[in-house]
Amino acid sequence: MRNVRRWGPGLLLVSPSIVLIAVFVYGLIVWNIKVSFSDWRTSVPSHKWAGLAAYRDLNSDPAWSQDLHHILLFTVTFIAGTLLVGLTLAFLLEKGVRGEGFFRSVYLFPMAVSFIAAGVVWRWLMNPAPGDRATGLNVVFDKLGVGFLANQWYLGLNWGMAAMAMPAIWALSGYIMALYLAGFRGVPEDLREAARMDGASEWRVYRHVVFPHLRPVTLSALVILGHISIKVFDLIVAIGGKQLVTQTPAVYMWILIYDAQDYAKGAAIATLLLVGISALIVPYLVYTVRAERRA
Amino acid sequence: MTSTAVPPAPPLPARARLGRRGAQYVSAGVVRYGALAFFAILVLLPVYVLVITSVKGVAETDPSHAWSIPQLWTTTAWRDAWTQLSPALGNSFKLAIPATIISTVLGSLNGFALSKWRFPGADIVFTFFLFGMFIPYQAVLIPLTQLFSDVNFPNGIPRLIFAHIVYGIPITALIFRSYYATIPEELMEAARMDRAGMLRTFWSVVLPVSAPAFVVTAIWQFTSIWNDFLFAVFIIGDPAKWPVTVALNNTAGSFVTPYNLQMSAALLASLPTLVVYVLLGRYFMRGLMAGALKG
Amino acid sequence: MPSIQYGRPRGRITRATAARAALLTAFALLLVPAAGNARPAAIGGTQASCQLEVFSWWTGGGEAAGLAKLITIWNKNNASCQFKNETVAGGAGGNAKAVLQQRLSAHKPPDSFQGHAGAELRDYIKAKQVEPIDFIYKQYKFDKVMPKSLLSQITYNGHLYSVPVNIHRANILWYNPKVLKKAGITSVPKTWSQFIAALNKAKAADVIPLSMADQWTSDHLWETVMIATIGPARWAALWKPGADWSNAGVTLALNRFKTLLSYTNSDAASLTWQDAGKLVADGKAAFNIMGDWQDGYFSGAKAGDNLGLKPKVDYGWAPVPGTAGVYDWLSDSFTLAKGAPHRSAAVKWLAFLGSKRAQDTFNPVKGSIPARQDANPKLYGPYLKWALTQWKTNRLAGSFWHGVVAPNKWHADIDTALGLFLQTKDVKRFQSALVTAAKKDAR
Repeated sequence: MRNVRRWGPGLLLVSPSIVLIAVFVYGLIVWNIKVSFSDWRTSVPSHKWAGLAAYRDLNSDPAWSQDLHHILLFTVTFIAGTLLVGLTLAFLLEKGVRGEGFFRSVYLFPMAVSFIAAGVVWRWLMNPAPGDRATGLNVVFDKLGVGFLANQWYLGLNWGMAAMAMPAIWALSGYIMALYLAGFRGVPEDLREAARMDGASEWRVYRHVVFPHLRPVTLSALVILGHISIKVFDLIVAIGGKQLVTQTPAVYMWILIYDAQDYAKGAAIATLLLVGISALIVPYLVYTVRAERRA
Repeated sequence: MTSTAVPPAPPLPARARLGRRGAQYVSAGVVRYGALAFFAILVLLPVYVLVITSVKGVAETDPSHAWSIPQLWTTTAWRDAWTQLSPALGNSFKLAIPATIISTVLGSLNGFALSKWRFPGADIVFTFFLFGMFIPYQAVLIPLTQLFSDVNFPNGIPRLIFAHIVYGIPITALIFRSYYATIPEELMEAARMDRAGMLRTFWSVVLPVSAPAFVVTAIWQFTSIWNDFLFAVFIIGDPAKWPVTVALNNTAGSFVTPYNLQMSAALLASLPTLVVYVLLGRYFMRGLMAGALKG
Repeated sequence: MPSIQYGRPRGRITRATAARAALLTAFALLLVPAAGNARPAAIGGTQASCQLEVFSWWTGGGEAAGLAKLITIWNKNNASCQFKNETVAGGAGGNAKAVLQQRLSAHKPPDSFQGHAGAELRDYIKAKQVEPIDFIYKQYKFDKVMPKSLLSQITYNGHLYSVPVNIHRANILWYNPKVLKKAGITSVPKTWSQFIAALNKAKAADVIPLSMADQWTSDHLWETVMIATIGPARWAALWKPGADWSNAGVTLALNRFKTLLSYTNSDAASLTWQDAGKLVADGKAAFNIMGDWQDGYFSGAKAGDNLGLKPKVDYGWAPVPGTAGVYDWLSDSFTLAKGAPHRSAAVKWLAFLGSKRAQDTFNPVKGSIPARQDANPKLYGPYLKWALTQWKTNRLAGSFWHGVVAPNKWHADIDTALGLFLQTKDVKRFQSALVTAAKKDAR
C-alpha cells in the first residue's frame, strides 16, 4: 500500500481508542444483544438461546407502548423547545449587547446544575396540587392573573411528558444558545453587508444569508440533544420516580434489570433503543461525511 | 465546514447605529433588552427557589412555601450540606480533574488523527466512535463492573476515571475533529514540506492553536463527569469514595426529605462547575466561534 | 532547517505552553492508578483489622437513628471488628438493591445485607447469594421467641435465611378526629359500607376523603383492600403456584379498589407518603391508609423532621375496615451473604440482631415492634403498645408490596399492571393481567 508510512502513524494514534471503544462499547453491546436473546429472566444467570421471547414479551407489554409514547413526546418537546429557546437567545445576543457576558453566564448556569438537583427544584415548581393547595408555578400563574395556565404538569394525562421536558429545556438552552451564537458570529459580516447593499431587509438577510449557515449547528445540536433525551434517567426519576405515569424506556429498563431481575427483557429494551437511534444517526453520519467530502 | 480562520470583530451594538432608522433601532434595543431580561428571569426562577429554600429552617421548607421569603434566615442547611458533602466534593475533584484532562487530551489526539492526519477508513472509525455515544448506561453497568473486577482494575475512583475517559472518547473526538477541520490546509502543507512527522506536526503546529477546542471540551467533560450519577453509584462501592452526586442523592434519606438540605446541597454541588463557567465562559464562546462543534 | 514556526504570533506562546503542559500532565496522571496499586489492598482473611460490612438503605429518620444506636452497642462490644455502615439512599431502597445486585454479581458481597423477610429474598436464595442460618436460630433459641406463623412464612424449602429485626403493620387506617367530627362521622368505620358512608360524608364536608401518594401507595392500598375482601386465608392461597386469580372474590376486591380510588386526591402521583399523611394531620384529608411507620412520622420529634403530634388527640388509628384481627405484616431483616468477607463477625451480627437487647433498642426509635414476642412494652409509645398486643393475637397476612408474599418479578409485574389500572380504571384488564402474572411468575 502506498504511503503507509504517511498515514500509518495516524491509525496508530487512534488505535488505543479503537480498542477501548471496541471492548467497552461494542463488546458490551454484543453482550447486551446476546442476553436479550437468552432466557436469563431471573436472578440466576442463564445463557440458553431463547430467540425472540423477550422481544415478544416486550411487544405485548402495555407498559412498553406507554413508555414509547412518553419518550416520543418528551424528545420532540425537549428538542424543539431547546432549539427554539437557544436560537432565540442567540438571536437576541448576536449583534452584541451591553452585558452580554452577564446574560450568557445566566443562561449557561443551569447546565452546571445536575439533573438530580434540577429535578428536585422543578418537582416543586411543577406541583400539580389543585385549588387552594396549589403551590409552585400554579400559584404564580394565579397571582399574575393567568390562572387558566395552571395545570397538572407532569401528571397531565396527554401532555404530561411535554411538561417533563421543561426542566431539560431549562438545563440545556444555554448550551444550545452558545452553539448558535458561535454560528451567528461565524457568518462573515461582508456577506451580510453585501445582501443589505442589494436592498434586502434585515429579515431577508437573516433568512437567506445567516440561517443557512446555521444548518450544521442545528444538526450538531440535534445529535447532542437526541442522545441526551434517549438516555435521560436522573431527571425523570427525580421528578416522577419510577411510576408508570412518567415512565420511559430507560426507566423501565432499570425496573426490569434491578427490580424484576428480568435481564433478557431489559437487554431487549437496550437493544431496541440502539436500533432506534441508529435509524436516526446513521443517515446523519452518512450525510455529514458526504457533505465533508463535497466541501 | 469552511469558515474564516479569524472570527470577525463584533459589530457595533444596535443602539449605536443611529441614523435614518434611528428610532427603530432604539425601540428594537428596548424590546431586545426586555426579551433578554424576561428570559433571564425565567432561567433564574428555579435558582431563586433553590437559594431561598437553602436558607430556610426546616419548619418553613414545604412546597407550599416555595416562593416566600424566609421568616427565619438560617445557615444550618448550608452547614449540614458542607458536613455531608465536603468529603464527597474532594472525591469529585479527584475524579473530574484527571478524567477531564486525560479525556480532553485523548480527544485532541483522536480529533487530530481523524481530521488532519487521515488514514483510509478514518471516517468509518469516526462513525464507529460516534455511535458509541448513544449507548444507554443502564445496559452496560452490570457487565462493566464485572469486567472491572475480572481484570482486578484498581478499585474506587480510578475505575470511574477510566469509565469516563472511555465513554468520553466519542464526544471529545467530535469536538476536536470539527475544530481541527478549520485549520487551514496551508499550515499542514508547510509542515509536510518541512518533513515534520505526525507527532512533531501535532506538537508544533496543531497543539498551539488548540486552546479554544480544549476549553470547549474541558468544560463539557468536566460538567458531565461532575454531574454523572449512574456510573458513580454503581462503580464505586465504598461510601467513603463517593463523588458529590451520590452524596447529594443520599441527602434525600429514605424517611423524610429535608428539602432545605437538599437544595443547599444541590447548590453546593453545582458551585465548582459554575465557577468553571464564569471563569472560562469567554473562552468557551471563543472556542465555539473558532469552529469547535460546528457540525 | 528552519524551525517550524508558521506565523504563530508571539502572544500565543503561553497558550501553546499550556496545551503542552496539559498533554504532559495527562500522561503523568495515567501513572496515578499504578501508584495507587502500590498500596497494599485489604484482602479479607489476611488483614490485621476486620470490619463488619453491613449494607442497608436506612439513611434517614428513625431507622437511621435506630441503626446508629445498634452500631454504638456493636462497636463497644466488638472493638476488633468495627461496623462499616454501607448505606445507599434513594428510591425507598431501590438504589440500594441495584447497587447490592451489582456487588453480588461481581462477587464482592458485604457481610450482611438488609432485605424484607419473605419472598423478596427468594431471588438471592435461588442465586445462592445467601446462606441458610437455621443454626443461628437454634443456637440462640430465636425459634422459641418468634411466632411460629412468622417463621413458617419466611422459611423457604425448609430453611431460614434471615433474622427479622422488626415488624411493621401495613393495614392501618389513619384519621384526624377533628376532621371526622367536622364531617359528622361519628364512629371510625369498621366495615366496607361504613367506610363508603364515611368517605361520602368527608366529600360533602369538602375535605379529601382518602389521601393518597405516589404509585406504590396505591399498591399498598390495593393489598389491604384485597385482604379485607377475600380474607387472609384466601390471600395466602393466591400466592401459591396454580392459584386462581380469576375468581369473583378478586373481581369484587378490584371493584372496591376502584371505588376507593375515586375518593383520592388528583395530585397523588406527585406526593410522598409523608405528604399524604400530612394532609390528614393538617385537616385537609379525613383518612389515609398506610403502614405504621406513619405513626413514627406523626408522633416523632419535630427536631427529626417529624410532625410532633399527640397520639389519639391529633390523630387516631384503626385497622383498615374489614381487616380487624388481621396483621398485614412486613419485616426488615438481615441476611448472611455467601462469601462474606468476615463471616464470623457477620454471624455475630445476626445473633446480636435477634437478641432482646438489640430489638428493644432499635424498635422504639424506629417506630416498629420487635419480631420477638418478649418485648418490654414500657419502652414503646401508645400506638406501638397497641400493636404489641395485636401482634400476639391477630392472624398473619403477608404483605405484597413489602416483599413477604411475592418474589421480585411477580412484584414488578403486578406493579406495572396496577400502574396501567390507575390510568385506565379497567377492572377486566387489570384482573386478566393479574392472572397472566400469576401464571408466569408463581413458583
